[in-house]
Amino acid sequence: MRQRLPVVLFAVVMAIVPFVPGMPPFWIVLSDNIGLSALVAMGLVMLTGVGGLTSFGQAAFCGFGAYTTAVLTTAYGLSPWLTLPLSLLVSGVFAVALGLITVRLSGHYLPLGTLAWGLGLFYLFSKLEFLGRNDGISSIPPLAVGSLKMIGPGTIYFAIWTAVILCALLTMNLLDSRTGRAIRALRRGHVAAEAFGIHPPRTKLLVFIYAAVLAGLSGWLYAHFQRAVNPTPFGVQTGIEYLFVAVVGGAGYVWGGVLGAAIVVVLKEILQDYLPYLFHGEGQLETIVFGMMLVLLLQLAPDGVWPWLIRRLPARADRKRTDPSLVLPPREKTGAGSDALLRVDHARKQFGGVIAVNDVSFDVRAREVVALIGPNGAGKSTTFNLITGVLPASGGTISILGKVVQRATPQAVTKLGIARTFQHVKLVAEMTVLENVAIGAHLRGSAGALASLLRLDRDDEARLLTEAMRQIERVGLSAQAYSLAGNLSLGQQRIVEIARALCADPMLLLLDEPAAGLRHLEKQQLAHLLRELRNSGMSVLLVEHDMGFVMGLADRVVVLDFGTRIAEGTPQEIKSNPDVIRAYLGAAT
Amino acid sequence: MLFLLQDGITNGAIYALLGLALVLVFAVTRVILIPQGEFVTYGALTYATLASGQVPGTARLAVVMGIAAFGLDLVKRRRTLHVALIGRSLAINILLPVAILALTSALAGKQTPIAIDVLLSLLIVGAIGLYLYRIAFAPIAHTSVLVLLIAAVGCHLALQGIGLVFFGAEGQRGPPLSNTSFTIDPLRFTGQSIAVYAVTLALIAALWLFFGFTLYGKALRATAVNRLGARLVGIRTAMSGQVAFLLAAVIGAISGILIVPITTLYYDTGFLIGLKGFVAAIIGGLISYPLTAVAALLVGTVEAFSSFYASNFKEVIVFALIIPVLLLRSLAAPAVEEDQD
Repeated sequence: MRQRLPVVLFAVVMAIVPFVPGMPPFWIVLSDNIGLSALVAMGLVMLTGVGGLTSFGQAAFCGFGAYTTAVLTTAYGLSPWLTLPLSLLVSGVFAVALGLITVRLSGHYLPLGTLAWGLGLFYLFSKLEFLGRNDGISSIPPLAVGSLKMIGPGTIYFAIWTAVILCALLTMNLLDSRTGRAIRALRRGHVAAEAFGIHPPRTKLLVFIYAAVLAGLSGWLYAHFQRAVNPTPFGVQTGIEYLFVAVVGGAGYVWGGVLGAAIVVVLKEILQDYLPYLFHGEGQLETIVFGMMLVLLLQLAPDGVWPWLIRRLPARADRKRTDPSLVLPPREKTGAGSDALLRVDHARKQFGGVIAVNDVSFDVRAREVVALIGPNGAGKSTTFNLITGVLPASGGTISILGKVVQRATPQAVTKLGIARTFQHVKLVAEMTVLENVAIGAHLRGSAGALASLLRLDRDDEARLLTEAMRQIERVGLSAQAYSLAGNLSLGQQRIVEIARALCADPMLLLLDEPAAGLRHLEKQQLAHLLRELRNSGMSVLLVEHDMGFVMGLADRVVVLDFGTRIAEGTPQEIKSNPDVIRAYLGAAT
Repeated sequence: MLFLLQDGITNGAIYALLGLALVLVFAVTRVILIPQGEFVTYGALTYATLASGQVPGTARLAVVMGIAAFGLDLVKRRRTLHVALIGRSLAINILLPVAILALTSALAGKQTPIAIDVLLSLLIVGAIGLYLYRIAFAPIAHTSVLVLLIAAVGCHLALQGIGLVFFGAEGQRGPPLSNTSFTIDPLRFTGQSIAVYAVTLALIAALWLFFGFTLYGKALRATAVNRLGARLVGIRTAMSGQVAFLLAAVIGAISGILIVPITTLYYDTGFLIGLKGFVAAIIGGLISYPLTAVAALLVGTVEAFSSFYASNFKEVIVFALIIPVLLLRSLAAPAVEEDQD
């Protein structure tokens, strides 16, 4: 509760504001507008800042919310409170439909798509007969509690700001949870997220719906605040402005959305008041200043105002409580006694005419460290990608615990008990080490988004974090648990990746060049850690270039060259194998 | 029926030009050029203003933007200032727009041939495009596509607002490039629509030749593929960006000049026209020139038919075209991402 104290203080301040004597009524109207805009911006923070999905179409979702209640209250006489869930539902349903189409798109297609349907929906609003075409719908009833009708801006103020503060709390809850970590993991790319059981399209759709519902709520409030709706505020221009709000405030921060809304709404008001005096031109001068400021802001302060402000406040380290008594049940391990954990049988991968992996076979047994070595371009990483389901094999079979996995997704492979690290470290730099490692335990938790929103996930969450902490201690990084992952040295980041993989409670650990970039002492520690893991019953398959490291550690070594297995055996045998020597040093003839 | 098709192809040719410019800019700079529509408006309305014998505000805008670009050049290169560098920057950023403004002012009020008006419009808008890249995009050229996209939206807002100040809220029409017309039963061809076809074809061919067969075009393509690599082999990537924007601005202005005799243009019309070019460019995947051109013709035709049969929902239908395309693209989305290092 302690970390929510600033929010409570803020809520108290906002509750007192209307009662301050001499408060100009116009400021209350501005506050209402700020609140409405903040709701949409908060959704955009989740969508754009946290999830990395840019949308120019949020205003259209406000439109769904606003028009739903406008039609239902005027044409069918429903109570506004009844239409609230319906407004949210309509926004959400349209978000599902549009989201299914768009969230799978990579990078810039998504914002362009949102621009296109944002425009299309605007024209739809302005042409449909039952939405009143360009004139819209007027005489919408006000919100009412008992006999109190929220007609003036001073009364609906409380409805709007209650919504803002509640949604901010919900959003903060969501961010600080298993689902929140999954959303934040998306920014660093899909491969790492998928390797720990996160479904990127599903997670993106979730954020998309969440942002749309917040926008729908804003639209519902707007309809009952203005008591009339028309298509203008739901066009792309407004959608762009919402994005501007989020960028100004700080797209990665919940309160950045609120701050951005305050800055933009007030600034707009000032500009509209004074610009015509400065340049006696006609209309829309504020958009010129807006546009220029947006460009300038991206050049000077791409993170927004909120983080800049926060840096100037005394730092409050947000230490999560972990309780050592909480134990995450180990995952069910089947077939531990079978002969091979992993069997690669004539695996083959072709990229067009290039055969990257040419009928490679080997297996990894329980309690065994197997090293996959070979010169650059030998097909080691591709073999890894075949095993982990990142790439589909062109031929051959890969079986895990005697079960043939054909075209398995990365998530399914992780479920079977294989966890991996990456050659190029894939951590979320803006998250703490603890949170990064907890992503590894994603599949071992069960709390969903709804539970996270309402904080019903605390048991589950504490277990996950405790497990993450345990793995961090195991790899010897306890001192850095609360540092941001991006601030660690490369060597430490590699160790964090191992802790993250361990968090998935695997039977087989796949390490892609774990010793690259490590100092000598760090390598010794890593070797020590891997031996310990083996002694505790885990198997390790690693790709590595450092021969000293490999030969001192591996039980067996598999050598690849040009996609083909040229040797397999104990380190001693490999060292004296003429084929291997030829591959590495060239022919001795 | 046939006249709808003809109408669609005329519109489609314009969208094709814009779509090509969008693909060009995206390929070279990774900027999704939302302000493309403003280039159209600026070109069209500058031309119309010149033809009515006045000095367009855009000529002054070019001077102001040139000064800003010069200032940025000086600040950026403050450690390595040579006389030659300053001179070059001064010539491009200050002398050029001032000369254009002087020429425009000198010719104002006189009866000038249409060709001069066209040329001046292209010069003015081209200069604006050049400086726009220098001011807004060059400093953030290394950032993500999304940041560039948001900046592009900012530029669109600013330029559209400025357009309102310069040209007012009233729509304008410009004089046609040619008044001839002839009829091939049942269709009537105006000189203007022939000009639209001819210019579009010529520009497509020119772009194809430029990118396929000239060293400079190849350098631009190399920049698109890998900025760092291009710089390492000695291509000046900032220069490529400016050239791409210059080309896009000129193409936009040409499109504007081609349509302003046919339809009345307002300060904000360009945005919609540009977005339809976008629909085409997206169908072409922002990569393929021929596919974009074909898609643009499709967009134009769909627009012509829907404005005839369901005029209320014309825009809805055109922008809904993008949905099946996005759907297809999402089904074919690549499975493996590249490392973003």
